[in-house]
Amino acid sequence: MMDGENGLGGALPGEQKIRNFNLNFGPQHPAAHGVLRLVLELDGEIVERADPHIGLLHRGTEKLMESRTYLQNIPYFDRLDYVAPMNQEHAFCLAIEKLTGTEVPRRASLIRVLYSEIGRILNHLLNTTSLALDVGALTPPLWGYEEREKLMGFYDRACGARLHANYFRPGGVHQDLPPDLLDDIEAWCDSFPKVLNDIDNLITENRVFKQRTVDIGIVTEDEIQQWGMTGVMVRGSGFAWDLRRAQPYECYDEFEFDIPVGTNGDSYDRNNCRIAEMHESVRIMRQAIDKLRAPEGQGDVLSRGKIAPPKRGEMKTSMEALIHHFKLYTEGFHVPAGEIYAAVEAPKGEFGVYLVADGTNRPYRCKIRAPGYSHLQALTHIAKGHQLADVAALVGTIDIVFGEIDR
Amino acid sequence: MSDALKELGAEIAAKRPEQVVSHAVTHGELTVEIRAVALPDFIEFLKADPSCRFSTLIDITAVDWPEREARFDVVYHLLSMYQNHRIRVKCPVSEGDLMPSVTGVHATAMWFEREVFDMFGIIFTDHPDMRRILTDYGFRGHPLRKDFPTTGYTEVRYDEVEKRVVYEPVSLVQEYRQFDFMSPWEGAQYVLPGDEKGEAKE
Repeated sequence: MMDGENGLGGALPGEQKIRNFNLNFGPQHPAAHGVLRLVLELDGEIVERADPHIGLLHRGTEKLMESRTYLQNIPYFDRLDYVAPMNQEHAFCLAIEKLTGTEVPRRASLIRVLYSEIGRILNHLLNTTSLALDVGALTPPLWGYEEREKLMGFYDRACGARLHANYFRPGGVHQDLPPDLLDDIEAWCDSFPKVLNDIDNLITENRVFKQRTVDIGIVTEDEIQQWGMTGVMVRGSGFAWDLRRAQPYECYDEFEFDIPVGTNGDSYDRNNCRIAEMHESVRIMRQAIDKLRAPEGQGDVLSRGKIAPPKRGEMKTSMEALIHHFKLYTEGFHVPAGEIYAAVEAPKGEFGVYLVADGTNRPYRCKIRAPGYSHLQALTHIAKGHQLADVAALVGTIDIVFGEIDR
Repeated sequence: MSDALKELGAEIAAKRPEQVVSHAVTHGELTVEIRAVALPDFIEFLKADPSCRFSTLIDITAVDWPEREARFDVVYHLLSMYQNHRIRVKCPVSEGDLMPSVTGVHATAMWFEREVFDMFGIIFTDHPDMRRILTDYGFRGHPLRKDFPTTGYTEVRYDEVEKRVVYEPVSLVQEYRQFDFMSPWEGAQYVLPGDEKGEAKE
């Protein structure tokens, strides 16, 4: 045997004809984070090729938007990335405001910042803890959901809906916050860092978690550019790219916060980035609350013009206000012809809206640029050469939600 | 910001005079219109040029203008994380015309071009994997074209007898309602009932 002879008299054994194994991952797999169908080509346990089949949650949002008025379209944005609904609305409102040249009142702007950061925490809490679930830990999601529940309570108290908010409107936000809500959010900001540290301790130094994430799915500078990555996927690799800092929108330029970055660009670093970002978000929320309490932070929450409804009291006495209210909610407002691209730093990366208006009350074309779309596409590239079991961890770490990818 | 973008637009136009058709800055955004044939070369130039460095392809999409001769605008959004600026590249293309693919320059164009093909039926040459992406397996038509009805042509339901999902032509109890809320003083393209009498008198 030692001389290389296989003892079969020169005949080739049948097992030598090895072919790659094709495996369907999803669409009903719990670790697929929704309706992802991954067709994996495996060589043993090593992934040779991953072909994501998407579109199983395609609802034709962009087509539907073309036959609805601008105000009717805002709720569609809640249903894109349903983990952090208000961040999506924000991009659409910014696009309309840029085209119509609307100034947002300061109080509305601060409320938007406050709720965008709540959205970021909502998203990161779900993502970090369900990543832990993907690699085998059951406790973190339960702890995470408890805090998410409280945050959704704040959504509820601001706009009446726990999930599909429809709260950000062109020209501001729908309603002012009830008086004691700020106190309760501040109290939550005091208690949350302790919970976050507990979750952090539970996950970050865990031996199993480290074995499953360290050096898995490394993303380099070149890959970031090639695959159009944004958000945490960039920051995890050590690049401090954040639209809130680089191209400030709303009033982010007056807030103090740090941009956490990783060093290796692997799954572990991305997870640490998300946890650090939650601490930064709490910091921004505290500042926003202080600014909302200051005298400059008082006032109206909508710029009362053509694109926003009149005040309720005014409608009782003024005929014009009543007509305006009726026309706004039936015909809707008209947006001057033009095109605009507005982007926000959503929790998952750059969420953009490319809006083409033709001067009527409906968008002529609205393209939604979802960060997860580019990231999922890169999965083919990232997963190559990894173990089958790592695919679940990778899907978790690139943070995908199918609402926004399939649209 | 706007001035810097204007300068950048002029610089790009000066460097690539035979490719750039026009450039403009509107709402603080730089838009460059170019010829379709020059596309991959132009995107490559935008990526490599030190004053541009548009290294990230953010998005590819299209807009349908059925009444125009060049029916579609294919729109590219690029971002430079190094220079911190954005650009929009537009390419008018007629129905049935082929677009050159930019997958050789930006790998991320793969899915975006598949989506444009799926939604508008614009075919990209040299694309390694030109399949539909968002619509159903075996779907027909291109939904984001303006002449595609919002309801589509087929509907699916689970058939209790056949024990599987069946495809059927759409049957609507009533017409899909496209509300016309446009003010009759501004937007109406039709004669309001009663108006014809007024004109007949004169």
